[in-house]
Amino acid sequence: MWNSPSEFFAMGGYALYVWSSFGMCALVLLLEPIVIRARNKLVVRRLKQQVLAEQFDKEGSQ
Amino acid sequence: MSQVNNIFASNTRWINWFKLSSPSTFYPVAGKLIPIFWALSAIFGVAGLWISFFVAPIDAVQGQGYRIIFVHVPASWMSMFIYLVMAAWAGLGLIFNTRLSAMMAQALAPIGAWMAFLSLWTGAFWGKPMWGTWWVWDARLTSELILLFLYLGFIALQAAIDNPRRADKAGAILALVGAVNVPIIYFSVKWWNTLHQGASVSLTKAPAMAQTMLWGMLLMALCFWMYSIAVSLMRVRTLILERETHSDWVRQLKEVNS
Repeated sequence: MWNSPSEFFAMGGYALYVWSSFGMCALVLLLEPIVIRARNKLVVRRLKQQVLAEQFDKEGSQ
Repeated sequence: MSQVNNIFASNTRWINWFKLSSPSTFYPVAGKLIPIFWALSAIFGVAGLWISFFVAPIDAVQGQGYRIIFVHVPASWMSMFIYLVMAAWAGLGLIFNTRLSAMMAQALAPIGAWMAFLSLWTGAFWGKPMWGTWWVWDARLTSELILLFLYLGFIALQAAIDNPRRADKAGAILALVGAVNVPIIYFSVKWWNTLHQGASVSLTKAPAMAQTMLWGMLLMALCFWMYSIAVSLMRVRTLILERETHSDWVRQLKEVNS
């Protein structure tokens, strides 16, 4: 259907509209899991610190 | 009375479902499900994109510009579907007072909002070349914009209330009342004379063309669906950790103690 890569990227003159649509979808769908993973790591790190602090507390009181 | 208890005790299915509704049992199960849904999403995505760009032929009226349909329609479908699922979880949480249902509703809201945003964004970039305008205050477009605002309102309302249980209840009521908007979006093209057509792509050519296009749309919709499940499971796991910080099972998790 496409004779050359440049023809594919030109999208029959609709390049701006087609690639803006697909590009924004790709951007949003890629960023979303990255943001969630970062937040998850933050929560786990905070939990680790709390658990450690409690351990020190226990050892100190003995 | 004891007989009633026996019926429930002997029905193992009930027990399993109730067990799974506890965050401590759901957390590891969700962790195992996430890679499966990522894999499904990738498979459907590759197949869907292949059909979208290399199998589906050029449209008689809209040329190559119609290919936006392969992301626009799945995003729009998912924005409405996720809202209904979110409202259902919120309603379950309201009725049965289960923590996990409310967390599921909370985890679905951001991805639903993104889907509504993508639907509007791709719609604007489709409307500009075909209708000559980025935006019109037409029934379909306006009701979809209201859906985005409902998602944002749900997220903002939950964030504004400090007590999580009260935030769940307030959010659930908003989600349930807002659900009335979804059938309005769906039927808007029938009820009103809108610029947004029911089927904006003319299928004047052989039925084979309609079929490849339909397959592309269906595969992309499945990709978006599996993606939404994977992402909301990831988010619900984070929410569980945040909300159950003080419970023993969270403190004994492998990832916390390593």
